[in-house]
Amino acid sequence: MTLGIVWFALVAVALGVYVVLDGFDFGVGILHRVVAKTDAERKTLLRSIGPVWDGNEVWLIAGAASLFLAFPTLFSTAMSGFYLPLMIVLWLLVFRGLGIELRHQSEDALWKEAWDVAFSGASLVLAFALGAALGNVVRGVSLNAEGEFFAPLWTNLLVGRHVGVLDWYTITVGLTAVSILTMHGACWIVDRTDGDLRERASSWARRTWVSTLVLVAATTGLTFIVQPNLAHNLSARPVGLLAPLLVVVALAGVRWSISRERHRRAFACSGAAIFGLLGSAAYAIFPMVLPARVAANGLSLEQAMGDPHALTVALWWWLPGMALATGYFVVLYRGLPATFRPDDPDEH
Amino acid sequence: MDALDAHRFQFAFTIVYHYLFPQLTMGLALLIAVLKYMGLRGNVRANESARFWIKIFGVTFVMGVVTGIPMEFQFGTNWARFSSAAGGVISQTLAMEGVFAFFLESAFLWFLLFGEKRLGPKKHFGAAVLVCVGTWLSGWFIVCTNAFMQHPVGHEVLADGTIRLVSLGAFLTNPWAFVQYAHTMVGSVVTASFVMAGIGAYYALQGRDLEHARVFLKVGVTAGAIASLAVAFPTGDLQAKLVAEHQPITFAAMEGHFESEEGAGLVIVGQPNMETMTIDNPVVVPRMLSVMTHQRWASHIEGLEEFPRDQWPDHVPLLYYAYHVMVGLGTIFIALMGLAFLLMRRDRLLESRRVLWALMLAMPFPYVANTAGWMTSELGRQPWLIHEIMRTADGTSQNVSGGNALFTLLGFMGLYALLSMLYFSIVTKIIRKGVA
Repeated sequence: MTLGIVWFALVAVALGVYVVLDGFDFGVGILHRVVAKTDAERKTLLRSIGPVWDGNEVWLIAGAASLFLAFPTLFSTAMSGFYLPLMIVLWLLVFRGLGIELRHQSEDALWKEAWDVAFSGASLVLAFALGAALGNVVRGVSLNAEGEFFAPLWTNLLVGRHVGVLDWYTITVGLTAVSILTMHGACWIVDRTDGDLRERASSWARRTWVSTLVLVAATTGLTFIVQPNLAHNLSARPVGLLAPLLVVVALAGVRWSISRERHRRAFACSGAAIFGLLGSAAYAIFPMVLPARVAANGLSLEQAMGDPHALTVALWWWLPGMALATGYFVVLYRGLPATFRPDDPDEH
Repeated sequence: MDALDAHRFQFAFTIVYHYLFPQLTMGLALLIAVLKYMGLRGNVRANESARFWIKIFGVTFVMGVVTGIPMEFQFGTNWARFSSAAGGVISQTLAMEGVFAFFLESAFLWFLLFGEKRLGPKKHFGAAVLVCVGTWLSGWFIVCTNAFMQHPVGHEVLADGTIRLVSLGAFLTNPWAFVQYAHTMVGSVVTASFVMAGIGAYYALQGRDLEHARVFLKVGVTAGAIASLAVAFPTGDLQAKLVAEHQPITFAAMEGHFESEEGAGLVIVGQPNMETMTIDNPVVVPRMLSVMTHQRWASHIEGLEEFPRDQWPDHVPLLYYAYHVMVGLGTIFIALMGLAFLLMRRDRLLESRRVLWALMLAMPFPYVANTAGWMTSELGRQPWLIHEIMRTADGTSQNVSGGNALFTLLGFMGLYALLSMLYFSIVTKIIRKGVA
């Protein structure tokens, strides 16, 4: 069981790092066409994430593969159960990547506009989908007694026994994700650019901070309704309260840092807030890894856990490997220019 | 098309399409490192050539990334029962690929693509080497995963059908994996060297970028001659012997060998006839199969008839053709690259327009040969998903209907058709623009 909890934490951290890192790519994508008006400004935004987006996305691959490693049953149940929405997400990830990488391949204005729309649109839907996915896991899915489910895209949009991917709860979580990732992306732009870009992004950061606050509060309240396990955990495992506490402190930190123009700190705080929210979600369902609408059918950490021998030997390479990967990322991010400007010489 | 067919076809289609890109990037990463090294030694043209190939590499790499991500997830989406049962073993290498290979590649790719000025020649060469190591590591982990399905080691099967990892060391040093890896990676170098030589031939025929065309041809033809030989001997030969030893049914099917005999002949061409269990219109080299397999004129080779029909691969003719297409093309590759290499040594390659034409037109064929090789490997593994442990029919996601799988298969086909057009238009633009 301890081994299971260790892996639960490791996988959660890896996936959390993914959301924090690729999250600002999504945020930049959402804001791409509203914050950057001219071609030079759009190039600037793309240059700021160009070196890192691919590496950021690798955290998704590594996180998903680690999930597969630690919880094979969870991986196979969830991936096949969320078949349709997951495939749509995979296709959108293709478009997002193409949007970033293909725009500069031609000077044709329509070509650029098309890839701007692809990048921006895909980022928006992906941010929403990440939130909705998390909402699905927290709310629980229609697992049957054999431990299988197949989620339709929607049923009646209500949180009942037979739920689809979209209902009023998961839509709320999806909107929350869009809001906080937009804020996160705005903080990245504020930190990495200057002039008009920075100013426009800064006003977006302030606006999305307000919407994030409202939506996070709403989601928290609604979670108590759809997932009774949360109230239970509050009394049984009060230590988990640290996660929502981190959210509150970090969100306050975002606002405080924006007002004082501490750009790097605002970005760090929005990352911490996202991390805290994911931690809160994990806390709401623990010790389940995939709760069911009929509570008894839920998949618990213990049931989903892989073979102890495999998980023990995997620790020996996973931890050093991830430490090494973190090292690459330090090199990569340190190598980035502190500020990207529209009048920088073109690298392409 | 039932659910099983839809799941199989989707995985086959997406993996074949995906592998069109890594088979170029893995080989090209090595050739770029060679060009950068020649650049470090003072060859300015080689360094400029590297710059050109890095552009092609970048576009191809992106295609590989965006088509590769769905592969990772399809283990869970379409093959849930397989993932649930074998996840404890194969997830080790899949996760290792992410942790050790993808992070390395993705972190240093940008330095390779855009960092030449900032890094200076030595560090830029270093970035090329690191990206190359990343892509080749990635190849190892995937081949190791596949090798477990071909020849499972380091595991035990529990009563409920779950497959447990017993020895990570044994799993990672699967003898099958070493041979398959060598064969696969050399095959990737064949593709990259044919592409490099082919573009060099194109420029030479056009009479443009001649200084660089010379470098492309020099590196492409040299690597192509070595790799074309090595993909047959020793790696292909060793691979065939492994199949003969551990998968005799597959071996009989791919060779088109229906009846057991002493001193079996090697079928060069001919059509397998599943009604009469013979090869129609055969061209056979007497005793050659026995010689190549066991180095003895009269050695015994078991024919397909010897084995129960429910253990035969389910597409024997397709398997046979895939294997023969691969071997046939491989033979032509040796001849073409050998000829080009001899002409180059005599400094006559640039005047031999016919050979240049052949090199240019040969570019697509290593892709065909690599694909046919993988089809041989994967069709040959049937009816097993994990050899003699789990049947392919028992590995699918039962909760995903055939209709849903077909829907997403068609979606992938449409999306990938678009990707092909984009890739083709961008790469031709880079080629037309030239090196300088």
